Amino acid sequence: MADTRRDNLATLIACGVALCLGGCGGKPVRTLRNVSYDPTREFYQEVNEVFASEWKAKTGEKIEIEQSHGGSGKQARSVMDGMQADVVSLALEFDIDAIARRGGLIAADWRGRLPEGSAPYTSTIVFMVRPGNPKGMRDWADLVRPGIEVVTPNPKTSGGARWNYLAAWGQALRRAGGDEAAARDYLAKLYGSVPVLDSGARAATTTFVQRGIGDVLLTWENEARMALGHFGPQMCEIVTPKESILAEPPVAVVDAVVDKRGTRALAEAYLKFLYTEKGQRLAAKHHFRPRSGEALTGPGVRFPALDLFTVEEAAGGWQRAHEAHFADGALFDRIYQPGGGTN
Amino acid sequence: MRGGDAAWVRYLLITIALGFLGVMLVAPLAAVFIEAFAKGAGAYWRNVTDPATLSALRLTLTAAAIAAPLNAVFGLAAAWAATRFDFKGRSLLITLIDLPFAVSPVIAGLIYVALLGSRTPLGGWLGGMGIEVIFATPGIVLATLFVTFPFVARELIPLMQEQGSDDEQAAVVLGADGWQTFRLVTLPRIRLALVYGLILANARAIGEFGAVSVVSGHIRGLTNTLPLHVEILYNEYNSVGAFAVASLLALFALATIGAKNALEWRLRRAREGGNGQ
Repeated sequence: MADTRRDNLATLIACGVALCLGGCGGKPVRTLRNVSYDPTREFYQEVNEVFASEWKAKTGEKIEIEQSHGGSGKQARSVMDGMQADVVSLALEFDIDAIARRGGLIAADWRGRLPEGSAPYTSTIVFMVRPGNPKGMRDWADLVRPGIEVVTPNPKTSGGARWNYLAAWGQALRRAGGDEAAARDYLAKLYGSVPVLDSGARAATTTFVQRGIGDVLLTWENEARMALGHFGPQMCEIVTPKESILAEPPVAVVDAVVDKRGTRALAEAYLKFLYTEKGQRLAAKHHFRPRSGEALTGPGVRFPALDLFTVEEAAGGWQRAHEAHFADGALFDRIYQPGGGTN
Repeated sequence: MRGGDAAWVRYLLITIALGFLGVMLVAPLAAVFIEAFAKGAGAYWRNVTDPATLSALRLTLTAAAIAAPLNAVFGLAAAWAATRFDFKGRSLLITLIDLPFAVSPVIAGLIYVALLGSRTPLGGWLGGMGIEVIFATPGIVLATLFVTFPFVARELIPLMQEQGSDDEQAAVVLGADGWQTFRLVTLPRIRLALVYGLILANARAIGEFGAVSVVSGHIRGLTNTLPLHVEILYNEYNSVGAFAVASLLALFALATIGAKNALEWRLRRAREGGNGQ
């Protein structure tokens, strides 16, 4: 009795070991790892398939592309802590700069190595509202009307939230003719009406659409369009303001990793693919604004025109934006009181 | 006292207990399966057999399969040391064993990043030799080991303390060597408690989220465990997939409870049999 039981246990352990070995072994297929941020999952899934088959057709080599997604800042941190990323595709320059500064994983001149400042596709920040737009949200000024609740994630932790913040800041500055005090006042009112400050863009979408909190959600255009496609017009609606920020999520090869693993040529080809007609069309299909005119006007592709300003124009670049707005004790900390202090 | 229990008190308490169980446990568990099958059995099966799910399942089972035997060895050694020897630092040992229960799992993950991340001396040295620990399977196994290692020792220490060392001393006096004493005297008496500890450790290993999340790197098909995969599917708005994978975890949990009950039943029988002899 006891013996059969022991045998069973032994069989179980043997199975476990076999399972492990089966998983660990296998033929050596070259892999390429793309460490990215949250809303690009579906986009890169398709890019990876298309690129892998093109690479096979061109070189005869079968490759596997691995993808990892999470908050942009967290992903950058993981790469700094040793996650072996051949390429990174993050939400903002600042995060790739952080990798470049710490430990020399990426050459400091990374932005100049690919066209368009290494940002192959762009996006912007739009509003998502309830069906039929019951509160009549049209433009930025409507967000700070009394009684309007705005959902946006925490700019301390989320890349998307920083774009939201700088979009609000940039347009307020423009409307006030460059008066910083007026812009600060606008932001204080805006963040005073935020009921929940989620840690990431996807969590904020869930809060707004699925939990039904708030009157308007500030989010990436690509995220809003994807959510609309998923939930349908009976759940939400997109409002594009007259002006907003030009969000440029950048990509870069991680020099230290590709040189060690011998994947530089592959990694560079992968990123260049994003700029090709096919790559641009895939970006458009997944609601990122392509750079090339042809893909912009392709069949079924329609991005509303709006007046776009850059981070440079809004805040003098990411480094200065960080110091003035997001660092500890900077503007965001001064205007935002947890729990909606201005109610 | 016994006579004072009015029938209504009894029914009230039973209703409260069952009602609480129903609301807090049964309904959520049922909801997992209802959501998982919301789009039919076909969709459920597709999600469960998806390559990314299977890889998460394999990684979860691998981590648990490595953690369990190591836990058994460590738990035995610690329990033996704590109950059979008197030495300086003995109570410190018993206290330290409990540390993983007291520490938040997120911290458990972060300490391994702090210790073995590529910017640390140890991590840099390992990286130089081409060994990936953090953001790879070894890191996940380490984190799993950390959060599960008290279970076996915690089961064994009270039992071995209660049993005392008289039988072992008798065996030694009768001429048994150390290994014989352990195999023929100690092990049979603690076997069931050992398995009990392993079952609990295994359940925790399979379900661990926080510590593993920090060291995983979330690489689809490579370093996602089942609980991490549930979160990812949920964030992709694939709620059927998320609940389908969650149902696997629920089944593991039910199997754990089943194994635990079977073992408790055997324990009781063994004890009654022992008294009869």
